[in-house]
Amino acid sequence: MYIIIVGGGKVGYYLAKTLLRNQQHEVLIIEKDKRKFELITSELGAVTLWGDGSDALVMEEAGMARADAVVAVTGDDEDNLMICQMAKKKFGVKRTIARINNPKNENIFKRLGIDSTISVTDLILAQIERHIPAQSLVHLLTLREAGVSFVEAKVPPDSPVIGKPLRSLGIPDDCVIPLIIRNGKGVVPYGETRLQNGDEIIAVTTIAKEDILGKILSGETIEK
Amino acid sequence: MKVIIMGCGRLGAHLARRLVQAGHDVTVIDRNSDSFARLGNDFKGTVVLGVGIDEDVLRRAGIETADAFIAVSNGDNTNAMAAQIAKLVFQVPHVVARLYDPVREETYHTLGLMETICPTVMASDEICKIILGDVSR
Repeated sequence: MYIIIVGGGKVGYYLAKTLLRNQQHEVLIIEKDKRKFELITSELGAVTLWGDGSDALVMEEAGMARADAVVAVTGDDEDNLMICQMAKKKFGVKRTIARINNPKNENIFKRLGIDSTISVTDLILAQIERHIPAQSLVHLLTLREAGVSFVEAKVPPDSPVIGKPLRSLGIPDDCVIPLIIRNGKGVVPYGETRLQNGDEIIAVTTIAKEDILGKILSGETIEK
Repeated sequence: MKVIIMGCGRLGAHLARRLVQAGHDVTVIDRNSDSFARLGNDFKGTVVLGVGIDEDVLRRAGIETADAFIAVSNGDNTNAMAAQIAKLVFQVPHVVARLYDPVREETYHTLGLMETICPTVMASDEICKIILGDVSR
């Protein structure tokens, strides 16, 4: 595969380095800062191009038309959007991947046809939420446009849901529990499965029903 | 008309003053407060300090009721993104973006989401007219 990475910061650099280990990939990093460009060239070899990767002439020079994938990992969302849109519309690149710094931009990127977006802030937020005991639901992945999220909840020690079959808990129809992690092992639950202390529940739910699911799993009673 | 202009450089300020003069309701967004000086002390529109690709800033500027959004910051990428947000997220009827780079302008013009203006091509046309006589594009 020929992969073009625009943005030679830490993300772009380590991504290129990792891809280059698999000798089947051809990789090019486009970086507009001269010093960074020189540093990357000295570390990884002649896999770099000095220039503004959102500029059409630089994209031509990079041979973007024959790229299998373009990865835009600059620190600016507007640059990443331009890179991916130009790659797709002008150069016909099949796969465009963009880093998103402001989580609110995920929606607009998806609507404009960017194939894959990585919201760094959301990923780190999920990690922070994991370590806050009071937080009942941890967001693993949020698909805002589809109105759905993958969440994780830990069953607290004296929760009233312990020992009761899943189907009796009143979990809304919009929520599905495909997996429970119990003592480090994955368990695929069904209606009769009874929750135990320490179970980590992985659920898929509509964003609208997240609160209700969170309340059920933490054992709060809900007004019907 | 309610008009929002993103970018208070020479073009943005010129447009703002002109449109206010013509009786329209104008709000100018810029991320640098010094830029607003270009509007003059007697500017009758409003200003919002912030980045025009941030939806919260756009809402503060009143984009939900805007008739027109003009993206004329000095960055093509910012203009393209802001214009698309204005069109797709807020359904502003008239959206125009200035794009200095001719190839970018052509691509976005083809996309058809917003009107695009390329000063580079326009100036090139005018200059050729002057030195070569009438030329078609």
